[in-house]
Amino acid sequence: MIRLQNIHKSYITGKNSLHVLKGIDLHIRPGELVSIMGSSGSGKSTLLNILGILDAYDEGEYYLDNTLMADLSEKKAAFYRNRMLGFVFQSFNLIPFKNAMENVALPLYYQKVSRKKRNKLALEYLDKMGLKPWAEHLPNELSGGQKQRLAIARALIAQPKVILADEPTGALDSKTSMEVMALLREINLQGITMIIVTHEQDIAEQTDRIIHLKDGLIENDANGSEMKQKVFEAIVSEEVAL
Amino acid sequence: MIIDRDKWQEIFSTINKNKLRTFLTGFSVAWGIFMLIILLGSGQGLQNGVEHQFADDATNSLWVYAGQTTKAYKGTNAGRRIQFTNRDYSRTKSLDKHIDHITGRFYVGSKLISYKTNYGSYDIRAVHPDHKYLENTIVTQGRFLNRLDMEHFGKVIVIGDIVRKDLFKNSENPLGKYVVVGSIPFKIIGVFEDKGGNSEMRKVYIPVSTAQRVFNGADHLNQVMFTVGDASLDQTKAIETKLRNELAAIHHFDPADQRAIRINNDLDNYQKVINLFMGIRIFIWIIGIGTIIAGIVGVSNIMMIVVKERTKEVGVRKALGATPGSIVGLILLESVIITSMAGYIGLMAGVGLLELVNKFMPPSDFFRNPQANISIAVMAMILLVIAGAVAGFIPAKKAASIKPIEALRDE
Repeated sequence: MIRLQNIHKSYITGKNSLHVLKGIDLHIRPGELVSIMGSSGSGKSTLLNILGILDAYDEGEYYLDNTLMADLSEKKAAFYRNRMLGFVFQSFNLIPFKNAMENVALPLYYQKVSRKKRNKLALEYLDKMGLKPWAEHLPNELSGGQKQRLAIARALIAQPKVILADEPTGALDSKTSMEVMALLREINLQGITMIIVTHEQDIAEQTDRIIHLKDGLIENDANGSEMKQKVFEAIVSEEVAL
Repeated sequence: MIIDRDKWQEIFSTINKNKLRTFLTGFSVAWGIFMLIILLGSGQGLQNGVEHQFADDATNSLWVYAGQTTKAYKGTNAGRRIQFTNRDYSRTKSLDKHIDHITGRFYVGSKLISYKTNYGSYDIRAVHPDHKYLENTIVTQGRFLNRLDMEHFGKVIVIGDIVRKDLFKNSENPLGKYVVVGSIPFKIIGVFEDKGGNSEMRKVYIPVSTAQRVFNGADHLNQVMFTVGDASLDQTKAIETKLRNELAAIHHFDPADQRAIRINNDLDNYQKVINLFMGIRIFIWIIGIGTIIAGIVGVSNIMMIVVKERTKEVGVRKALGATPGSIVGLILLESVIITSMAGYIGLMAGVGLLELVNKFMPPSDFFRNPQANISIAVMAMILLVIAGAVAGFIPAKKAASIKPIEALRDE
């Protein structure tokens, strides 16, 4: 589903150039549930942004569903984001003046789906998330868990191939975190590829595979529990070293 | 794309749910247009008021007053009084082909006028029949003085409407009745009104020939007034010079002596006032343009803030598949809708206020009938709408082109 070959990315701030990704090779198959871990500055957010076509890369090749994502116009990038990808953010990023139903329906607005149809569909997705009674509520009237479920519903409504989640449980308490993770797992089991950026071990543990980033390179690609344990230990020592 | 119903719904729901933002954007536009309308309307009201004052007299008239010399000339001393006579009247009459209406005036002063038991003191004007063209006298009953009255030294009188009300309390028909002026009975032949106001209607007119005979005037006149038809300002000035030279020759004074006779050129005055209004209008325009610029700056500021405030929203929309074009379109259309609706409200409020003033404020000599030029106001409104769009376009374009991650990054 996702194939990265020798991806490089530098940020230029003033006269300084910061080489963040230094040649990432990664292959994620359809239906995988993958987490990306790494200490701060390892490049995990940058990688997620490139995967989400939210940012361009400098070198290498990125295939999303066998299509090369290179030199995309803004319009084309918007099209792929809309059709192929769903986003879940740590801070939810719901539009504050739109109610729950309208927030969920927004991706369909950009697919030119009629208002009636997209609101109907949005209600279905809200129902799946157990949020139907809150359809007319504004985001700030909802709890953190409800907001994240709302965001997940919004990510799902366009039936994407891949869901990219950036610290989806970062703003939630542990109980709600577990509920959200269970929900993401459930969605993954329906065949949607899921990539979660996290720094929490218990979140990463629930994924099939952990990509450990360090200094812009993939340090470990772990899929057994033993391997995972090694990754956790490595990250803990990295953070202590910092 | 413009008539995409869904897009409009999206915009209206955004406007509807961001009332403060909408109000702030709209207010500066509405206020700018409102002030412009009030300014333009007041300027027009001022102009109408002063123009109305000129409605009293013919605007193409010259008024010649006899004065006192201030320079010694050809052996005569300074300080000599100039006295007009009937011959000056006839001379002036044949001076120029443009002169169409001419009258002399002999000062009788105020006299007691009585009818039965009612009486009052009124200013008497002894004039020629053409006088009615110079003062724009409107005869409402009977007739004005005529040539026969002059020739026969008729003891006839035309009274102002206020004089009529004073003397004929029970709305009795005054025509044909005799009033006593001083001690001499005059027959009322007419009643007049005058746009010049109440003081003009407190006067009475009698034939100048009669007055000279009855009030010991010999052949004296104190004023000669005439109109010059459609003569231009330059032609009027030429007539003025010619008249001054001729009178100077007859009455032996230096033509350069401005005090010997005084010539009041109404057209000249009118021209001066017109020029004054030109000045006022330019002034109003400068303030108006200032107001509009303030409005433009206000709208631009708010649009920039609005775009900044919406950066995160733009990021979310982009992540969900919005193209940069649709983002710019959304922000711009919203701005155009708000500014044009607000402009319309300002327009209506301004026009409404002017109408209220028109209705409830009594017209005065300085201010009447305030009216704004709607087409100018509409132009100003369009200008503000465009300014709002341009001011929104640059930051909107910038917001639409930033990477969503930057917009969504938590600070």
